[in-house]
Amino acid sequence: MTPAPTDGLLAQVLREEAGPLVARLSRRFGDFDLAEEAVQSAVVEALTAWRRSGAPDNPAAWLQVAAQRNALDGVRRSSRQRALAARAAVPAEASDGTDDRLALLFACCHPALAPEARLALTLRAVVGLTTPQIARAFLVNESTLAQRIVRAKRKVTDAAISLAVPPADQLAERLADVLAVVYVMFNEGFVSSSGATQDRDLAADAVWLAGVVATAVPDEPEAWGLAALLTIQHARAAARFDPHGGLVLLRHQDRSLWDHAAIAEGERMLERAYRSHRTGRFQLQGAIAALHATAPSWEQTDWLQIALLYDELARHDPSPVVRLNQAVAHAQVGDPVDALRRLEGLGADLSGYHLFHAVRAELLTTLGRHDEAREANRTALGLTSNDAERRLLTTRLHRHPLQDGS
Amino acid sequence: MKYVLMFTSRPDLADSSDPEAAQALYKRVYEWFGENAAVIADGGAELLGVETATTVKHGDGGPVVVDGPFNEAKEIVGGFTVLDVADMDQAIAVTRTWPMLELPGVAVEIRPMVEDYSQFE
Repeated sequence: MTPAPTDGLLAQVLREEAGPLVARLSRRFGDFDLAEEAVQSAVVEALTAWRRSGAPDNPAAWLQVAAQRNALDGVRRSSRQRALAARAAVPAEASDGTDDRLALLFACCHPALAPEARLALTLRAVVGLTTPQIARAFLVNESTLAQRIVRAKRKVTDAAISLAVPPADQLAERLADVLAVVYVMFNEGFVSSSGATQDRDLAADAVWLAGVVATAVPDEPEAWGLAALLTIQHARAAARFDPHGGLVLLRHQDRSLWDHAAIAEGERMLERAYRSHRTGRFQLQGAIAALHATAPSWEQTDWLQIALLYDELARHDPSPVVRLNQAVAHAQVGDPVDALRRLEGLGADLSGYHLFHAVRAELLTTLGRHDEAREANRTALGLTSNDAERRLLTTRLHRHPLQDGS
Repeated sequence: MKYVLMFTSRPDLADSSDPEAAQALYKRVYEWFGENAAVIADGGAELLGVETATTVKHGDGGPVVVDGPFNEAKEIVGGFTVLDVADMDQAIAVTRTWPMLELPGVAVEIRPMVEDYSQFE
């Protein structure tokens, strides 16, 4: 399907309105499942109607009327819900959209839900994506995805997972689950953004959602750290692909194409995060991204500081991909022998990951071990060109966008 | 909203080498029931060991009686209790304070109870 020219606008309206509407209707009808379904149907109706005849003057009101009508239809259809509808007479609590959206987000990312369901549910209920859009973005079967969403929603209703922002003593822990979902959302979008067929830009949606979260919990440094990281990464989007859709590595990107205003905004977010003096993985990744984004060139990048930040990050998150990046950074500050030794230690975890072999080949070349370098390059090439799906999967499995990757 | 807490453990991971520590833990379990009395709808029961379990199960020629627990899982159910709290978050908050959770292999399953039978009508 070719996106209509107004799809960007529709997407913005939907993501602004869908979440608060789900939260309001859930409260009014006492049934999250019913409310979510009603809003989802309204979103689908809106996409059809607005593509045909343009967005109405007041899209928010249009969506609300449609969702409310769907919810009432749903109530009439079901005898179980008839009982719940009695509660509809209770006036909804007054609250602004931000709190509603945040409460809904905490419910969708609740640790009692299966991890793979949290992202799908968040995309549908909070960001206003349709099931087919989500299925296309993740390259998954639509009916499998729909089932996963249905199961998660039933659990929210049946197990009484409430739409509420957790109390202060649990906020940081629950927030980590929310931030993880937003982070994965961004990376899914970032990896697949070469495909012009997407009618929703998941990466842009994730940048927006990270900003919403940070603004709503302004004293949580990791929320600002994530917002900064995503804002800065997204600022480089225009330079990541050549005119033929090929990926351009960071070192070869045209830095004049970067959105420098957005990068400055990301740096302000980082400063905001640092005020609390509680560091974390997203702040560290944000700091690394900021150093890359403000360097005049690949060569003139502050590699020493980046290497130190990776050392700190590896203490928070010792995953193989972080340690691979750590090795890359250390190689840049002039210790290829040490970098190679660090790298060899990761072979067991990363031998199926093309970038592991590509990085290894570079280091071997630097050390003059050309035969081994050629062999490593060949392995890297084999892993990339033979099996595009595997490459995509690997990138997805290892969520950290490589500093050398894109 | 009522939830059943099912207390499970892994006997293969249990360390019975320190009877004093076990005694102290039991004391805290006793206190836990006191502290949470307001949200405990039914104290439930502590069960004797799985070696005392007998299972009656479906058989082609009618129910069959066999020795042992109903599944071969490593986890065994050691007891249950019923909470009455506002929502899942409260159920989780109470459950997190269950003293036995400091022992390896201990887990507590939280299951909402059916209270509204109109859905089956």
